[in-house]
Amino acid sequence: MKDAPGTRDYDWWLVAILAVICALGVIEIYSATHGSALAGMHMKQIRWLVVGVVLMFALSRVDYHVIMDQAPILYIIGIAALLAVLLVGHTRFGAKRWIPVMGEFLQVSELVKLIIIIVLARFFAEVRTDELSLQDLIKAGLMVGLPLALILKQPDLGTALVLMPMLVVGAFLAGLQWKHAAAIVLIGVLMLPAGWHFLKPYQKERVTSFLHPEEDARGSGYQVLQSKIAVGSGGFWGKGFGNGSQNQLGYIPVRYSDFIMSAWAEEQGFKGVLLALGLYMALLLRLVQNAQRAKDRAGMFLVMGVAAALGFHVLVNVAMVIGAMPVTGIPLPLMSYGGSATLFVFLAIGLVMNVRLRRFVN
Amino acid sequence: MSYWFRNDNRLPQERLAAASYVIVGMIALLLLGFWKLQVIDSDKYGQLAERNRVRSIPIIAPRGRMLDRDGRVLVDNYPSFSVLLLRDDSAAVDKNLPAIADGLGLSLDDLKEQLNNTINLPKFQPIVIKPEATPADVAFIESHRADIPLLEMLMVHRRRYLPGGFMSHASGYVGEVSEQQIEASNGRLRPGDFAGKSGLERQYNDVLMGTDGMRRVVVNSVGKEMKEMRLSQQEAIPGKQIQLTIDYDLQEVAEKALADKKGAIVALDPRSGEILAFVSRPAPDPNDFAVRVSKEEWQRLNEDEDHPLMNRVTQAQLAPGSVFKIVMATAMLESKVPAENFTAFCPGSATFYGRQFKCWVYGKGGHGVVNLHAAIVHSCDVFFYNVGMRMGIDRISKYAKMLGLGSKTGIDLPSEEPGLVPSEEWVQRVFHHKWYPGSTISVAIGQGAVTVTPLQIAYAIGGIASGGVFKQPHLLKDAARVGEMHVDLAEDTVEQVTQGMYGVINEGGTGGAIKLQGIEFCGKSGSAQVMSNTERNRLGKGLSQNKDNAWFVGYAPRRNPEIVVSVLVEGGEHGAGTSGPIVRDIVKAYYDKKEKKNQGQVTTALRKDELGNSENRGTPESGKAAVKPEESAAVLSTSEKKKARP
Repeated sequence: MKDAPGTRDYDWWLVAILAVICALGVIEIYSATHGSALAGMHMKQIRWLVVGVVLMFALSRVDYHVIMDQAPILYIIGIAALLAVLLVGHTRFGAKRWIPVMGEFLQVSELVKLIIIIVLARFFAEVRTDELSLQDLIKAGLMVGLPLALILKQPDLGTALVLMPMLVVGAFLAGLQWKHAAAIVLIGVLMLPAGWHFLKPYQKERVTSFLHPEEDARGSGYQVLQSKIAVGSGGFWGKGFGNGSQNQLGYIPVRYSDFIMSAWAEEQGFKGVLLALGLYMALLLRLVQNAQRAKDRAGMFLVMGVAAALGFHVLVNVAMVIGAMPVTGIPLPLMSYGGSATLFVFLAIGLVMNVRLRRFVN
Repeated sequence: MSYWFRNDNRLPQERLAAASYVIVGMIALLLLGFWKLQVIDSDKYGQLAERNRVRSIPIIAPRGRMLDRDGRVLVDNYPSFSVLLLRDDSAAVDKNLPAIADGLGLSLDDLKEQLNNTINLPKFQPIVIKPEATPADVAFIESHRADIPLLEMLMVHRRRYLPGGFMSHASGYVGEVSEQQIEASNGRLRPGDFAGKSGLERQYNDVLMGTDGMRRVVVNSVGKEMKEMRLSQQEAIPGKQIQLTIDYDLQEVAEKALADKKGAIVALDPRSGEILAFVSRPAPDPNDFAVRVSKEEWQRLNEDEDHPLMNRVTQAQLAPGSVFKIVMATAMLESKVPAENFTAFCPGSATFYGRQFKCWVYGKGGHGVVNLHAAIVHSCDVFFYNVGMRMGIDRISKYAKMLGLGSKTGIDLPSEEPGLVPSEEWVQRVFHHKWYPGSTISVAIGQGAVTVTPLQIAYAIGGIASGGVFKQPHLLKDAARVGEMHVDLAEDTVEQVTQGMYGVINEGGTGGAIKLQGIEFCGKSGSAQVMSNTERNRLGKGLSQNKDNAWFVGYAPRRNPEIVVSVLVEGGEHGAGTSGPIVRDIVKAYYDKKEKKNQGQVTTALRKDELGNSENRGTPESGKAAVKPEESAAVLSTSEKKKARP
C-alpha cells in the first residue's frame, strides 16, 4: 500500500521454474503439431503466455487484501457467469463451457476456480478458532457446492473436481478435525453409488474403460492405451525431439493439450519426465514455502488454494497419462495448450506473487 | 476497507509442512508409474508402438515365364490387385468383419472360415481375402481407411496362359496352395500363396516361384500410409523363367488338328527326348483358375464325363491296338520265336484254343500268305495271332517292358501313368488265377489287358527306330542330364521293323493315303477296340464311347528319326483315317519349318532380332534369370535310375 514493493521482492525462482515449464510446453506443442493441420499452435500458446505474464504482474500489484475484500461480490459475479454460460454459452465439443471475450472463447469455469480460491481464503481467514467447527465446515462446503453443481451441469467434471482439493486443503489448514475428516470420507464412500447415478454416460464410460481398458479398444480405453504405449515406448532416453511415432502419427489423443505429457514422455523418455515432474515439484514446494512465509493467514490460504489447484491438476493429468486415473480432461498446467487454462495459472501465480510481495509490509 | 484480517498471523506451520510431504510423495508416486512404463515394461510398449506404426505388406514375386524353344512367350504374368486383411488387432477384425464382407461382396461365413483356417499363422501376416479387386472394392477400401483400417491392397502377378486351353495340360496351372503342399514345403509356402497345381507349373514350381519380399510402411493413426517415411524393405526375388522344348508352330498345328476331338498328340525328337508338341483334349482354360476357381466349377470339371482335367498324353491308359504290332515284330526278330522267315496264311480269321479270332479284313477276304514285312504293312492280325501264340505272354511281356511299355517314361510332368503290360505273374497277383493262353492272342494285336499312354507309344517307336536308344522325354529345354536307356537291338531287327513302317505309308499299306513327297515318312496305325465285339454288339454300335480309338504313330526319316508323332483320337474309329492325317500334318509342318530355316540366313537373323525384343516384353525382371543347366538337371534326374532291362 504505502511502500510499494520493489522488483527484487518478486519470487524470481518461481518465475524461473514457470519459464522452464512453459518452454517445455511450447517445445512439445511444436513437436506435436508441426507438419500437421494444427501447425503454428506453439505460436498461439506463446501469445497466451505473454498475456498471462502481463496479467500475473498486473494482479500482483493490487494488494490481495483489497481483492479479498471484494470476495462476496466476486462470488456473486462467478455464480452469475456460470449461470450465464449455461443459458447463453457457446457449445464446443459437446459441452457449454465457453463465452466469447474479445474474439476468443474463454472458459468461465477457469475464472470461477480463481474466484473460489479467493472466496475460500477469505472465509477460512475469518475463522478464528484453532479447530474448524462443523458449522464452518458445512458453510465452506455449501459455498463450494453451488458453483461445483453449476460446473457439473455444463458438464465439466474435471474442473468441478478441481474445486474439491481447494476446499480440502483450505479446511485442513483451517484446523479440520480428524473426526470430521473421517466422517466426510465415510459419507463420500457411501455416496459413491449414488454419485455414479449422476454421471453422464460418457463419464461413466470413462470410468468403466479405466477399470476395464480392454473392453473399449477404440474409445477412451484406446486413448489411455495409446498414451501408455507412447510413454512406455519412450524408454529411459526417449525417441528424441520430433521422433515419437505415437506422437507424430497421431496415435496419442489430443497430444498438444491434455495428453501433452504423453508426447513429452515418448520423445524425451524417463529423463525428460524426471525433469518435468521435478519442475512441477519445485513449483509446488515453492508455493508452500511462500505460504509458510506469508504475512497472515489470508495470504497463506490464498497461496495454498493456488497450490491445491495446481497440484491437483498435475496429479490428475499425469496419472491419466500413465493410465493410473480415468480420463477427466484436466490439462497439465502451463504445458498443455489452452488459453483460458494458461491465463488461470498465471493469474493464480499473480495472487501468490501478491502475497509474497507483501510479506514484510505492515 | 474492513479489517477482517488484522493481527492474524498464526500460521499452521505443521500442517503446511505436511502439505510439502504430500507433494513430494505425490510426485514420487507419479515417477514410480513412469518408471514402470518406461523402464520396466519399455520393451513391451516399444513393440506395441512399432506394431501401431509399421505395417508389413508382402511384395509378391512374379513367377518365371515359360518360353517355347525359340524364345516365344507361352506363359507369362499380368498385374492385378488383391485385397489383404490385416489381422494384428483381432478384436477390430471381429468387429468389422460384417462390414468388410458387405463392402467387398463376400460371404461372411466364407470369410470367417478363412480366418479360422489361418488362425495358426503369425498375427502380423495379412491374408488375402479377395484375389481380384474391382474398382468398387478399391473405392471401398480407400474410403474406409479411417474407420476400417484393416484392409490393404496388394499388387500381385497373375498367370496368363494362351487362350483356349493351348498347351494347358503341359503348362498346368497355378492355384492357392493346399494344406498338404504347405506342409511339404518346409515353411516356404503359406496359405494364400499361389503355387503350381499341375503340369510344368507344379513340376518346376521351385524354379518358377520366386521369393516374396516384404514392404514395411509407416501408417498414421487413421491407417494412412506415410509415404515420406521410408523403412527398409526386403525385395522380392522373381522366379526364374524356363525355356521349353515345345515348338510353338508345331504346337499350334497340333492344337488345330485335334480341335474339339477327344484325344492326345505328342511330338518329340527321339534324338534328344525333346517334346515338340503336347496336346490333350478336351482342355480346360487355365486362365479360369488363375484367380480362384469356384467349388461348383471345380466339381463340374471333375465330374465331366470327358475328363477335361486328365492329361491324356501321359495319363490315358488305353489299348494300343495294332500299333503294338511293332513291339511284337521287334520281339519276334530279337527272340527268333518264331523264326524271321515265319509266314502265316490269313483267310480273314483264325481259330485258337477253340475260339475264332478275326482279322480286321474279315468279311472282305483275307491277306493270304503273309510274312513279317507284309504283316506290318497291311497290319495283318492273323499273322500276329500266330506269332503271339508261339511267343507266349511272358516273352511278349518281357520285350514290351524292355521297349519302355508298362512303366513311366520319366517325362518331367507330375502324375504320369505307367500303362500295363500283362504277364502270368501279373494275372496271378491281381486276379489270382492262371493266365488264359487265349488272352495272349488278343494281347498280340494290342488288345486285351495291355494298355499304353500316347507318350509311351512315341517313346517306344522312337527308341526302336533310333536303333535302341531311348531318350527320356522332357519339356525343359536345357535339361542337362537327360535319362537314356539303351536296348540292344540287332541291326537287322531295326532295319526290318523300320522298313515295315516305311511300307505302311509308302508301299500301299494302311497309311498309304498320307504319303509325304520327299520325306521318309513311316508309321503304324492302330484302331483299338474299347470293348469286345460281343459286348459292343450288345450295347449297340452307334454309341460314341463304344467306337474304336484311333491311333497313329508316325516318324521321319526312317532310320534315326528327327521327329516322332503319336496321335490318339478317342472314338476316332480308324487309326489311319482319323489320326494318320494329323500325324502327317505335324510332320509336314516340322519339315516345312526346317526347310525355311535352311533356305536363308536372312530370315534366321530376323527371327533372332524378334526374339531379342520379345524377351523385353512383359515383366522385365522375370526375364533376366533363365534356368541354369545344373538346376534343371536336379529336377530331371528321376529317370537316371532307369536302366536298360535286356
